[in-house]
Amino acid sequence: MATDALLRIDGLDLHYGSSHVLHGVNLQIGDRPLGILGRNGMGKTSLCRTIMGLHPNSAGRILFEGSDISGLPPERRAQAGLGYVPQGRRIFRSLSVEEHLRIVARKGGNWSIDRVYETFPRLKERRRNLGDRLSGGEQQMLAIGRALLLNPRLLVLDEPTEGLAPAIVSDVVDLIGKITTEGIAVLLIEQNLHAALAAVDDVAIMVGGEVVETMTADALDNDQAMQKRHLGLEPGQAGKGE
Amino acid sequence: MITGMGGHMTLFLIVTLNGLTLAALYFLAASGFSLIFGLMRTVNMAHGALLLLGGYVGYSVVDTTGSWALGVLSGGLAAAFAGAIVQAGVLGWMQGDELRQTLASIAISIIMADLMLWYWGGLTYQVELPEALSGGQRLPVLGVGYANIRLALMVFALVTGLALWFLIQRTRLGAVIRAGVDDQDMLRALGFPINRIFILVFALGGLLAGMAGVIAASALSIAPGTDLQFLLSSLVVVIVGGMGSVGGAALGALLVGLAEQYGLAYAPTYGAVFTFAIMVVVLAVRPQGLLGRAEK
Repeated sequence: MATDALLRIDGLDLHYGSSHVLHGVNLQIGDRPLGILGRNGMGKTSLCRTIMGLHPNSAGRILFEGSDISGLPPERRAQAGLGYVPQGRRIFRSLSVEEHLRIVARKGGNWSIDRVYETFPRLKERRRNLGDRLSGGEQQMLAIGRALLLNPRLLVLDEPTEGLAPAIVSDVVDLIGKITTEGIAVLLIEQNLHAALAAVDDVAIMVGGEVVETMTADALDNDQAMQKRHLGLEPGQAGKGE
Repeated sequence: MITGMGGHMTLFLIVTLNGLTLAALYFLAASGFSLIFGLMRTVNMAHGALLLLGGYVGYSVVDTTGSWALGVLSGGLAAAFAGAIVQAGVLGWMQGDELRQTLASIAISIIMADLMLWYWGGLTYQVELPEALSGGQRLPVLGVGYANIRLALMVFALVTGLALWFLIQRTRLGAVIRAGVDDQDMLRALGFPINRIFILVFALGGLLAGMAGVIAASALSIAPGTDLQFLLSSLVVVIVGGMGSVGGAALGALLVGLAEQYGLAYAPTYGAVFTFAIMVVVLAVRPQGLLGRAEK
């Protein structure tokens, strides 16, 4: 990985009440999309939330484009170029599709509302619908579209395929590929190993709040033992995250 | 008061109109309170003090300039400014700690009440009405006479309600506020400086309260204690109607205002009980309020 990583996480600790959730996490994300895999409750979502500033880290640094953002509130991190597609999508239930996009859209930049509609024609059809009237797939498209309108440098996606039909999962995977070719870096948290391996080049595996392995996606794909040990991949294992 | 319909009917109509008048005032007072509660989960116990401040400032301005409209405007702006300071200077520093905010806002309301007592004294003030709003009207169809200012108050509440609805439902700022009510963290993660939005909403709530204060001082009167009266009514209105919803505040204000006046007229001994009976029933049957939405 490049030394001048876009996002660099050094010795990140997170305490949540009296529990110690993240233990000295180290990660680097450059141009190659990175996936984070791990079983439930291993700290993946907590890591996302800490990167976004929704949990204050208790130790360590988060360097984004070379400067430490770990003291900044979430809104400043978003303005600095971190896009966030959270677990559970977190669509505003009392806003229409159009309003979701309109409050975030800015003049200039690569992504406009029209372009989001071009990418997700379904959203255009549903643009008058309120957030809580959308299907899971539509909500996921909206969550990604709204994050892209910030024209982020790095997109953090937390289990974007959770609860989606297989056809939509492959749409999401294709989209992540497209986003990458536009020069937007991707950090993808996934339970769905196959989706993750199809979407990213590198993977990191989290166990017990630590990153225990970092390797290429191909290497993990070929390492059944590793998959079984850290991800416990039996059918039906995938479920809700932490 | 002698009409063809007989005394009972006239009394009923007058009491109903009084109930609507009170409902209009309660709505003006509670809408800002509800907005703040809905967005920030802040129970702003200084809301009544903001209302009384607006009323006093409005009185002084009308007394000096003779312009009622200017009085309503300055009362609203003074309370808006005070509200922004309360949020930016005190409550904003304890965001997310609702109990502490509630206690701090009680302290602020007591301090404000004492300062106002020091400056304006313990007198009862009534704002002098402009020519057009003084006197009364014989209402067509109903056949009862009623004070112009009270009729104007109902119109004012209606217009304010519609304007507020438009702001919340049809503008970009309104969409941001609704998004904040739904999910604050997500709104921040999309780059919105929530603290500035909070200050703005506090100012808006103060504006509504301050204007309500001047209008209360015109249609009725204001004195020390008016702050607590409207704070209490706002609390009940929001509990009954549901927090964070303009429609809920309107419905809650209607129920509470009418119940209070009917109670006063027909069962004076138990008058005060009706309001709280409504509140208890709503809490038992629909704890999120009549038009409120349950938390996820």
